Amino acid sequence: MATKLRVFRNNQFTNWQFNVWDVIALGLIFSALVLLAWSAIQMSAPYHVGEVLPISLSPKYLPYYALRTVYHMLVALFFSLLFTFTVGTLAARNKHAERLIIPCIDILQSMPILGFLSITVVVFIRLFPNSLLGPESACIFAAFTSQVWNMTLGFYQSLKMVPYDLREASAMFQLSSWQRFWRLDVPFAMPSLVWNIMVSMSATWFFIVATEAIEVNNQTILLPGIGSYISLAIAHKNIAAILYAILTMLIVILLYDQLLFRPLVLWSEKFKLDGKEEGAYKPRSFLNYLFRHTRFFRWVGEWVASFCDIIINLPLFRNPSIPRQSFAVRSRPVTLLIYVWYIVLAVASLVLLSLLLRFVFNTLTVREALHAVILGSYTSIKIMTMIVLCSLLWVPIGVWIGLRPKAAYIIQPIAQFLAAFPANLLFPVAVILIAHYSLNTQICLTPLMVLGTQWYILFNVIAGTTAIPKDLIQVTQNLGVKKLLWWRRFILPGIFPYFITGAITAAGGAWNASIIAEVVQWGNITLTAPGIGAYVFHATAVGDFPRIALGMGVMCLYVLLFNRLIWQPLYNLAEKRFQID
Amino acid sequence: MLAFKKKPIVELKRVRKVFKKEEEQELLVLDNINFRIYESEIIALLGRSGCGKSTLLRIIAGLLNASGGQVFYRGNLVQGPAQGIAMVFQHFALMPWLTVLQNVELGLEANGTPKQERRQRALKAIDMIGLDGFESAFPKELSGGMRQRVGIARALVVNPDLLLMDEPFSALDVLTADNLRSDLLDLWHGDSEKKSSILLVTHNIEEAIVMADRVIILDTNPGHVIAELKIPLAHPRDHQSQEFLKLVDQVYTYMTSPSAFATAFEAPEVIDLGYRFPDASISELSGLVETLAELQKDQAVDLPLLASEFSLDIDDLLPLTEVLDILRLATEASGDIKLTEAGKAFAEADILDRKKIFAEHLLKHVPLVKYIYDALHEKENHRVAKKHILEHLEGYLSASDARRVLKVIIEWGRYAELFAYDDKSGELNLENPE
Repeated sequence: MATKLRVFRNNQFTNWQFNVWDVIALGLIFSALVLLAWSAIQMSAPYHVGEVLPISLSPKYLPYYALRTVYHMLVALFFSLLFTFTVGTLAARNKHAERLIIPCIDILQSMPILGFLSITVVVFIRLFPNSLLGPESACIFAAFTSQVWNMTLGFYQSLKMVPYDLREASAMFQLSSWQRFWRLDVPFAMPSLVWNIMVSMSATWFFIVATEAIEVNNQTILLPGIGSYISLAIAHKNIAAILYAILTMLIVILLYDQLLFRPLVLWSEKFKLDGKEEGAYKPRSFLNYLFRHTRFFRWVGEWVASFCDIIINLPLFRNPSIPRQSFAVRSRPVTLLIYVWYIVLAVASLVLLSLLLRFVFNTLTVREALHAVILGSYTSIKIMTMIVLCSLLWVPIGVWIGLRPKAAYIIQPIAQFLAAFPANLLFPVAVILIAHYSLNTQICLTPLMVLGTQWYILFNVIAGTTAIPKDLIQVTQNLGVKKLLWWRRFILPGIFPYFITGAITAAGGAWNASIIAEVVQWGNITLTAPGIGAYVFHATAVGDFPRIALGMGVMCLYVLLFNRLIWQPLYNLAEKRFQID
Repeated sequence: MLAFKKKPIVELKRVRKVFKKEEEQELLVLDNINFRIYESEIIALLGRSGCGKSTLLRIIAGLLNASGGQVFYRGNLVQGPAQGIAMVFQHFALMPWLTVLQNVELGLEANGTPKQERRQRALKAIDMIGLDGFESAFPKELSGGMRQRVGIARALVVNPDLLLMDEPFSALDVLTADNLRSDLLDLWHGDSEKKSSILLVTHNIEEAIVMADRVIILDTNPGHVIAELKIPLAHPRDHQSQEFLKLVDQVYTYMTSPSAFATAFEAPEVIDLGYRFPDASISELSGLVETLAELQKDQAVDLPLLASEFSLDIDDLLPLTEVLDILRLATEASGDIKLTEAGKAFAEADILDRKKIFAEHLLKHVPLVKYIYDALHEKENHRVAKKHILEHLEGYLSASDARRVLKVIIEWGRYAELFAYDDKSGELNLENPE
């Protein structure tokens, strides 16, 4: 056996042929390394609060700004992954921690990230005095909060669904907890994790302006990046600069798609439990091509693989983790510890609640709270209306596309791309139009909330239609089921689970978007549509912490209410009645 | 007796298992199980579905705790998965993201075998089980039989003392299963080195007799050993030989009429409200009655014959014969089955008459159907929530069993047009859907 292996290796080296792709590959890697190192040095430059960082609207700086933005996002992504792996795993493995963590994340993900930013930026500036690292950290933290929650929740849910026999097999072969994590848990969660990373990255793009142009002490710190560039361009009413920024983002998003997401999606295919679906859309990737067709990249791949192998087999946490069905007998100290944990939790939440109520009601009146609740209802009505309108528009179009595999093949990636594209870049256009024709702001600003998230409805409907078994379609043709009956009895029930998933995602995104969609600016023109988003936005602009807290609290409440009363029951119905298996 | 000279690898002493479903509700699944496994022997653990044989296997594996009694592995109490015991799973349990080679290496990786040795041993195991050339394939590229080969290689590569096999061939089609079974036997008998013992859980009688040195037969409710059978035949065993067929017949007899062999403390089972009816669909029941009518005019039909003729598992067949017996459409005794007059009438009848016969027998012999029927007639609006029936039933059965049995009963009742059921409102009623 050993000789066979060696021959295999020799073979590989003697056949080494340098091809064009190797040159491209090398170039790519080295330029990426140099660029990342350089922007890291820039980030730790000395800085004092009050100092204005020069941001230029000249397009020649845009590649540099783009790089800084990419850097923010990737660092945030790194921390999000770290958080996901630790907290998600803790929640899945320990039911006492689970009871606290999961509701917390559920609430946190419905909170607008702007609120976090205004509160945390002060902390970070204190943490790293006299260094640009402070505001940079705040920016990265904001990006982190826009990415992390759905990733953690998705990971946790995946861990909960790891098939029982695989768990038994890993216990039988006495894998340590560490080995089990990398050999079973992470691979199993990979497809959902990759998907969630993609969704998270779109969310970060959407808030890029808010995270890079930080408001603190009534002044704005503009960190170098595309977000700050856009914010400056809006302040200066510079349409050309906006167009440059759009172009840059387009290129960056395309690069992300090619260099990060497509390879990830392709790679995660192998972690899916069942075989590939017939005719499903399969992305092609330039990078995967490189990996498959260049010696150098394959060598890198193998090197990485054996490195991972070493890490996975580190003799850590040697005790095998056993799935237990029956209740194991607990020792007394552990039982005691569990009681202490719950008591501490109870006391802490009581103290926090009273502090919060004191804080809010010392500075705010009941009237103010009622006002916020009414504003919240405005925003909910607007969002629900928009979801209904979008559904009326996109469901027929999605079905049309889904029934034509060729069209779906072309349009599906475009829809996904549009979902990743930050629609807020188009807001200035809306402002110019509304101001020019003096239209009603309450009505005309509303569509902006779903501009970015409506695509989720479209591509879920497309996916749902493609997933309907061919023989069902043929049955309807055979029986001559047409028109209204065809919609009512066949296609609408058929795509219902997918449609609901899309609508939930779209609505969730719309809530978050309301903060930047209810107040839009263009130079000295500011248009405001009354709603809870505008309320939070204004409170953030003047650093009014009690109102920020109130606004965020009310928004959270609405989101939770909607989830529990409308979306969850609909989702359950979809799962129970309309799942085609 | 040779047995006492050998050392037992595994010893079970008065093992029992209780599942706690909810508060106050306990379900005894295994009671008073005693046996030993010696070196280099193959034992088959045979029983119908629900007799707790897989649970027993998991207790020996250390994946589950016994509620009472002890399991010893080489003299040590089993408290978790032990090194030296490997397992082959019914649905293979391969990591889909690992290649064949990586899957086989998994157990070695876990016990810290150095990389070089790991690779060598894994390649050898793959070679041995006939998977050469598939090292870099992913499980989803392989057929079921090939996947189970990977599962077996993965278990054998760690050189276990004891190989636990949880219905390893039941997810495969008949031909593939046959092929893999004989390959495994060849491998096992051809291996001159120290052999691992095999504990095979199965519900396939022929499989047990083809493979095992000893067959341990379990009965349900709660699971307990009713018989232990030595198989003295030489390998390879001939399915058609007289001795083989005699053994098959013997096992059938044990499994279909335990009361004939059970000790005195067991009273014959009474069909009451809480009887655990097995899953038996209407189409299967009618199909069996028709087949019986065609096969034999007035004689009893041999169950092993029936099973092999239609390649039915006992898990497919015995629930059906049990239900026919309860409904008095057939009588079952000593591994034979015979249609009653009503059964013959049923076979001859058209759809509507069949429903009438079935309804009549259901009401007469299945107390639960009678209970539901009466309850519906007593109520003024002729509606009863399924929930109520379920709650009542849970007085007799575990929650999951109650749900399952009620589902079966509702299917029968609907077919017999004794009552109807509306899934949306969760109500049983007497109406016909308009």
